[in-house]
Amino acid sequence: MPDRRLLCLGAAAIVCIAAYMTIGLGGNIGFVLSLRATKLAALLQVSLSIALSTVIFQTVTNNRILTPSIMGLDALYLFGQMLLVFLLGGLGYSALDPQLKFGGEVMLLMGLAIGLLLPMLRRRTDMGLMLLAGVIFGVLFRSLQSLLARLVDPNDFAVAQSASFANFNDVRTDVLIFATILTAVAAVIAWRARHLLDIVALGADSATGLGVAWARTVAGLLLLVSSLVAVSTALVGPIAFFGLLVVAIAERVVDTRRHSMLLPAAAFTAVIILVGGQTLFQHGLGNSSTLGVVIEFAGGLAFLILLFLGSRR
Amino acid sequence: MIRVEKVSLKHGSTPILHDISLDIPKGGITALIGPNGAGKSSLLSLIARLQPLQTGKISIEGYPVDTTPNRDLAKIIAILRQDSIVTSRLRVRELVGFGRFPHGRGRLTEEDQRIIDQSLQQFDLTDLAGRFIETLSGGQRQRALVAMAFAQGTDYLLLDEPLNNLDMYFARELMRSLRKIADGKGKTVVIVLHDINQAGVYADRIVAMKSGRIIADGPPSELLTPETLHAIFGFGMRVETIDGIPIVVHLR
Repeated sequence: MPDRRLLCLGAAAIVCIAAYMTIGLGGNIGFVLSLRATKLAALLQVSLSIALSTVIFQTVTNNRILTPSIMGLDALYLFGQMLLVFLLGGLGYSALDPQLKFGGEVMLLMGLAIGLLLPMLRRRTDMGLMLLAGVIFGVLFRSLQSLLARLVDPNDFAVAQSASFANFNDVRTDVLIFATILTAVAAVIAWRARHLLDIVALGADSATGLGVAWARTVAGLLLLVSSLVAVSTALVGPIAFFGLLVVAIAERVVDTRRHSMLLPAAAFTAVIILVGGQTLFQHGLGNSSTLGVVIEFAGGLAFLILLFLGSRR
Repeated sequence: MIRVEKVSLKHGSTPILHDISLDIPKGGITALIGPNGAGKSSLLSLIARLQPLQTGKISIEGYPVDTTPNRDLAKIIAILRQDSIVTSRLRVRELVGFGRFPHGRGRLTEEDQRIIDQSLQQFDLTDLAGRFIETLSGGQRQRALVAMAFAQGTDYLLLDEPLNNLDMYFARELMRSLRKIADGKGKTVVIVLHDINQAGVYADRIVAMKSGRIIADGPPSELLTPETLHAIFGFGMRVETIDGIPIVVHLR
């Protein structure tokens, strides 16, 4: 029997989706609905991919205050954008086939995840070393990106910059189909791995003792995380703390770390915050503020609170 | 049978184990004793493939531990480490249920539930089954971890200092439970112990290690002599035989 708290979260998520689709309908209803449906699809994917990637990443690293962006994945994405603008110019960049570009970006991100992993897979995966490598790569890519930003001309810079900030009003719908397939496949894999994730959360030794091929499993899960990060970053740009906020709330609502509960709970929470928040900002507040900023602010606060609570324990 | 052949281990340039060879036949309790840093835990984690083998060979029931799929090994051998991480927000019953993972990959059948109930009962955890792990005392948590290893239902059970944090009552209960499954179900238990008298009373065989080498090996009655104990631990102690069991007086 599904848990009552999970059902409540699910119901709230559906209410948010319904509100997003129906509030303030007017004019050409067919046109408005199809426009909203496209954006909704993108928002749902972002919710799902961020929720799942953060849960899996936290489980693998056995750390509650990490998000995949610490591995430098979104920094690499932004560097890739800037590099393309640098090489092709603003016009050439805009003329690129979006599906092709997105495919390339996903491969690049997965490649980096493996590149970081392979040296450490030879031995038993040392999580601390890997995360450190991730942080350093993140700084490297951010620095390279700002170096390139100083080299391109201002018009081209504007093109690249629009890709570098989280923006929920202007989601990239051109890569939607490709992203949908990727998200769906990743979500199915994550759901099927829910029991495995429970075991992985016990740490390398216990998981090995229970028959998990540790290095291979962790590599696979990190590939999954990086493809999910690629989806959300490509659709709306980099978001650092949203995942943290979502997982922290979901974990408190369902009060368990079992993945059969936590994975759907986190996904629902993400939908509630993202779709509900977007509805609120569009209709309630008349677009007077930016959801991205508010979410990052709240997420940052959640990060500090978790740090504070963690240090007291 | 667990067969360890010419196994050596180094951490960087520090040698941990020197050319260890050891056969542990099926059935019975084998206790590993020795001072801190003797390499007992390292040997145990090599047998349980938690560390990669550097030199030598280890096989369990003829399956080499370095090439047999991990999943298959998990049905033959279970290990409890000293420093097992326990994730928070996890109930005792869920943790013990994880022991069944190698069998159903997380899907619990009625048979699994029965085994979980049995393990909970065996370690007096039935009343605690619904509690969160982090609300338990160190000893209760230790019992839950042992129960998880039990629930795995393997023929071989490796336990690294399972008596840590246990009070006298539960230390005795645990050793008696181990004795019971060794005698009744023909399980093979390899256990690292620091309490020499627990080893003397409950083990069939004691293997003593020091500085990465096996320096004595035999049944308690042969091994627990003042001379051998002095060689192992570096100080003299009295050994008295009470009801036919050698008791080591090592406190003064």
